[in-house]
Amino acid sequence: MTGYVLRRCLLMIPTVFLISIISFAIMQLPPGDFLTNYMIQLEASGQEVDQAMIEALRMRYGLDRPIYVQYFVWIKSFLRGDFGFSFEWNRPVNQLIWERLALTVAVTAATMLFSWVVAFLIGVYSATHPYSVGDYMATFVGFIGLATPNFMLALVLMWVAYSYFGQSVGGLFSAEFIDAPWSWAKVWDMLKHLWIPVIVIGTSGTAGLIRTLRANLLDELNKPYVVTAVAKGVPKMRVLFKYPVRLALIPFISTVGWSLPGLISGETITSVVLSLPTTGPLLLRALQSQDMYLAGSFIMLLSILTVIGTLISDILLAVTDPRIRFD
Amino acid sequence: MTHDDTQNIPGQESKDHEIYVASQWTLMWRRFRKHRMAMVAGVVLICIYLTGAFCEFLAPNDPNEHNTRLVYAPPQRLRFVGEEGFSLRPFVYGYKSQRDPVTLQRVHTINKEDVRPIRFFVRGHSYRLLGLFETDIHLFGIDEGKVFLLGTDRLGRDMLSRILYGTRISTSIGLIGVFFSLILGIIIGGISGYYGGVVDTVIQRLIEVLRSIPTIPLWMGLSAALPPHWPPLRVYFGITIILSLIGWTGLARVVRSKFISLREEEFVMAAKIGGTKEIRIITHHMVPSFMSHIIASVTLSIPGMILGETSLSFLGLGLRSPVISWGVLMQEAQNVQTVALYPWLLLPTVFVVVTVLAFNFLGDGLRDAADPYGSWGG
Repeated sequence: MTGYVLRRCLLMIPTVFLISIISFAIMQLPPGDFLTNYMIQLEASGQEVDQAMIEALRMRYGLDRPIYVQYFVWIKSFLRGDFGFSFEWNRPVNQLIWERLALTVAVTAATMLFSWVVAFLIGVYSATHPYSVGDYMATFVGFIGLATPNFMLALVLMWVAYSYFGQSVGGLFSAEFIDAPWSWAKVWDMLKHLWIPVIVIGTSGTAGLIRTLRANLLDELNKPYVVTAVAKGVPKMRVLFKYPVRLALIPFISTVGWSLPGLISGETITSVVLSLPTTGPLLLRALQSQDMYLAGSFIMLLSILTVIGTLISDILLAVTDPRIRFD
Repeated sequence: MTHDDTQNIPGQESKDHEIYVASQWTLMWRRFRKHRMAMVAGVVLICIYLTGAFCEFLAPNDPNEHNTRLVYAPPQRLRFVGEEGFSLRPFVYGYKSQRDPVTLQRVHTINKEDVRPIRFFVRGHSYRLLGLFETDIHLFGIDEGKVFLLGTDRLGRDMLSRILYGTRISTSIGLIGVFFSLILGIIIGGISGYYGGVVDTVIQRLIEVLRSIPTIPLWMGLSAALPPHWPPLRVYFGITIILSLIGWTGLARVVRSKFISLREEEFVMAAKIGGTKEIRIITHHMVPSFMSHIIASVTLSIPGMILGETSLSFLGLGLRSPVISWGVLMQEAQNVQTVALYPWLLLPTVFVVVTVLAFNFLGDGLRDAADPYGSWGG
């Protein structure tokens, strides 16, 4: 077991290395480097360009050196926690991103919890009542959720809330809490706002989980051991939850890995529409203004988060499913 | 299930016989036909693509024409029953425009005295049908003025015509994107599965990494790098290539697993011993035997591309005006206040949802039909 975990952690290194190359490539893709953009910006606003500062920055990020050297300079300072400088905000990147990343993790985790609970309840119902009205309803809603773009679902929900309940939804906090320091009241306020993004981001993943759980559970319910248990007079609920449900639950853990990128993806675009104070809107603005260090750091950190999430889910799977071999 | 099998059983002219001699594609078609939802979805998709091809003919108005006097006009409902009773010819009511005394905005209401019958095959703005014939015939329209069945947007442009024109761009981006990722997927997945070993490991790692990066941030990053001065057509291809650069991984996996399982089959071995060239083994023996699976996976990966284009254009990183795509149209509906006042701006969503659903159902049906171990027969 320890060997397995260790091996998986070692495998993460090349993955993260490749991810860093991709993030770096994205940062380099737009024509010109950010210092030229920055100078143009300063000149356009009629400010004096401080040549000494520009030169210092150029030296610091090694922009005058070949591209692979630039990569190593960047990755070295990245590993030390220096993510570069955001020119739009005129602040180091790592002052800007941690709170937003934390909120992204919070929203994503809440979404995952939501889709697990909902998928579990509906999936078990659908499998125990196949081809019933409720089953068809769940399938129908699931398909709609699967096919509607996240951001449109967000817009429609906002529209319904706005025009029928006169409530303006969006954001994660009420106005009085936005700049307030963290407190229990603020957490409570966030929980009250959380449900819309959670529903919006979670719908498509939930639909997929329901379908998998239903299919697995239906297969399991037809197996001889279940029939035997029923024939011997074991109460129905006990038969259901003792073995078949536990077996059918495995995809809940094993799909975390591939559903995480989807959740983070959905979170990014949904938070733009709902203007949540998470990574999405800041990433979009960074990309629009070619604030590439900020954008690259976001893409890199979001990807690393996903990789870590996948690792955790693989380890959890190995712990919960005794049939998994560690080689 | 070859001819030899059936010749051993004399006098078989029943259904069984038909199944024995039927080609793989015939069997698939039979299984597919039993999948009712997939059949319906197939018909819906054919209609959608025909709409894309003939959007100029179907659209009553020029999608880029501004009607400054009819900004944010509500949809005109197509009616058969009016004040004078039922009429076989559908009609719409005209607009009555007045200024709101408080906001000074022009408000358009339906004027029930102004009955405008719909005429078919009317003349309107001229266009080239399928890029070939110059014509100005449109499927429907009204005698004077214009008809706005789905309302107008902030510049008074006809929503219906814009959605119909958007169908062409949005649905073709899925097809072209999938075409590119199919090429990439078959080549890379094929190499990975056919040669195995170190090549396979490296390619598999690469695919895993690409799949572990959240797609939308990655798409956003790549498309933000498209130069803003590019002409619309080049942006279109840029976006398509970006979508397929990430979309190929799923197809490559399918191709690889098929290659690995087929590599051990007797017929491949026979071809090898017979001295057939590798490239011929791949193109003539292996690819045809898993083409049906590929088609099914391709169908299931098109909706992702369509949704991808929509998301990027919605964020302003994808296609831009004057190109008309569903995503560009949805961008107009970004603001809740606007949507609350003019809910018809949300209508492009319906088209996206229907298309994506249809592709999902069709793909499910194709996958079941392509599975040789599924139930078959008629």
